[in-house]
Amino acid sequence: MEILFFYLVALVAVISGLLVVTCKNPVNSAISLVMTFVCLATFYVMLSAPFMAAIQIMVYAGAIIVLIVFVIMLLNLGTTTQKQTTHSKGFAAGAGILILFQVLYMLGRSDATGMTGKVTTAMVERVGHTELIGKALFTDFLLPFEITSILLLVAIVGAVVLAKRNV
Amino acid sequence: MEPTVHHYLVLSAILFSLGTFGVLTKRNAIVIFMCIELMLNAVNLSFIALSHFLGSMDGQVFVFFVMTVAAAEAAVGLALMIAFFRNRESIDVEDFNLLKW
Repeated sequence: MEILFFYLVALVAVISGLLVVTCKNPVNSAISLVMTFVCLATFYVMLSAPFMAAIQIMVYAGAIIVLIVFVIMLLNLGTTTQKQTTHSKGFAAGAGILILFQVLYMLGRSDATGMTGKVTTAMVERVGHTELIGKALFTDFLLPFEITSILLLVAIVGAVVLAKRNV
Repeated sequence: MEPTVHHYLVLSAILFSLGTFGVLTKRNAIVIFMCIELMLNAVNLSFIALSHFLGSMDGQVFVFFVMTVAAAEAAVGLALMIAFFRNRESIDVEDFNLLKW
């Protein structure tokens, strides 16, 4: 039953991804990308990571897509009538298929393993996913957390400097 | 039957290769940026799937940082495109050819 649900949502995600790559209008691509983000959020819930699903919707579908649609509307491109793709479509398709087959081959050869921990679905439900991520962020990953805050400051300043008019 | 880690990794590979095809093919710079976000999301799915099946929180914390960096990159990248458009009146990547031989 769960595998059926997985296949359904995966089909929607792949079709949305295909629409992102093939739509002529960039607004249509943005809306298909929102659909892909929502499908990925349902996958995160299925993988017992509900906090990441909420953050995915808030950050990606709520902030990044809104920013992209703002910029598309601001630049006021209109539907273009010239070519949509560069001249390297065959090479790009070859590169994409190569990556896909390489990953599928590696998956078929061996199991995906790594260092195992003790976080199970029961533990996530008992302790709370937000608390688990918060504990990891503020103990094991404190330095990347602080560096990320500086990165966000740099990004804000950079965006303002790049986009303002020369006065 | 439950989906195993292989199901999620295959889906992540499909989305990643779709994003690669879009980045290498499209001419509109904003659509190229959207395909980069698709690739980042495919990798996020891979991280969270492996984090779930191995019982570790490291993958999810890494996804947290990937999302943060993607948001910062979105802000700076789109500001850059606005600056490009102000100079050239177009965001077709074939028009950014000042450094071409």
